[in-house]
Amino acid sequence: MPMRTKKLTVMALTIALAMVLSFLESQIPAFVAIPGVKVGLANIAVVFALYKLGWKEAAGISLIRVLLISVLFGNFASLFYSLAGAVLSLLGMILLKHSEKFSAVAVSVAGGVLHNVGQILMACILLETDIIRYYLPFLILSGVLAGVVIGVVSAIMVQRIKLEI
Amino acid sequence: MNSAGNKNRLRNDLILILGLLILAGAFWLLVSSRGAKDGFVVVRVDGVETERHALTENGTYPLNGGTNVLVIRDGAAWMEEADCPDKICISQGRISREGQAIICLPNRVTVTVVGGSQPGVDIVVG
Repeated sequence: MPMRTKKLTVMALTIALAMVLSFLESQIPAFVAIPGVKVGLANIAVVFALYKLGWKEAAGISLIRVLLISVLFGNFASLFYSLAGAVLSLLGMILLKHSEKFSAVAVSVAGGVLHNVGQILMACILLETDIIRYYLPFLILSGVLAGVVIGVVSAIMVQRIKLEI
Repeated sequence: MNSAGNKNRLRNDLILILGLLILAGAFWLLVSSRGAKDGFVVVRVDGVETERHALTENGTYPLNGGTNVLVIRDGAAWMEEADCPDKICISQGRISREGQAIICLPNRVTVTVVGGSQPGVDIVVG
């Protein structure tokens, strides 16, 4: 297979993986009563792409996932929340990864925290409140916990899956 | 990748995680130190204030044309009913201290506690 086709196929598969993980997560009942708190299973696919395919591909995969999931399962408002979370989280993860001072676990932790913060930040802008200061500690804590788990899983995937692109 | 580089990364990871946890703790202390039993609850729909009730006036209030029902009793407020599927606002529980809030994202309703007896401004400069 030519390289371009191969890369495109891997990207498509990674988007599919991200969407399946998003769907799985949507079936888990909200276990914490704070909006924005999520495990962020789909971030496994994004961290994987960041290490195996490159930052542009990871950004593309993350944004396409958000768009598709919002069209399929969400509404217009959820698109804005997810988009803000995804963009902020991508920026943080790309910067941290390119600094080469951190492992995939820290990259994923930053992604988790920033995804939570980005969502609630967008909610604060749309709803014109400053409630973020009340939620911030819980968003950071849950982002760190979820980020560690997602980071360990992603690191194993990055290590075990051999790709020749 | 050499092992010295890995060790440094592990150390940096831990510093980042600890830093974030400390930040979370600091924000939590900051928020939880404030208290106002005699405050008001402000209800906003789409960011626009629609009603305001003292925490001392017990009652049941349908919000946003009935999509959510707010109950105020004994100095605390909570969401009793909501027509959204996830019911996150109901499980957010009781709020009574300044700065605490209940948020219903699907219906774009927020309920926030604001201070009563204290003045509305922290400092006036100029």
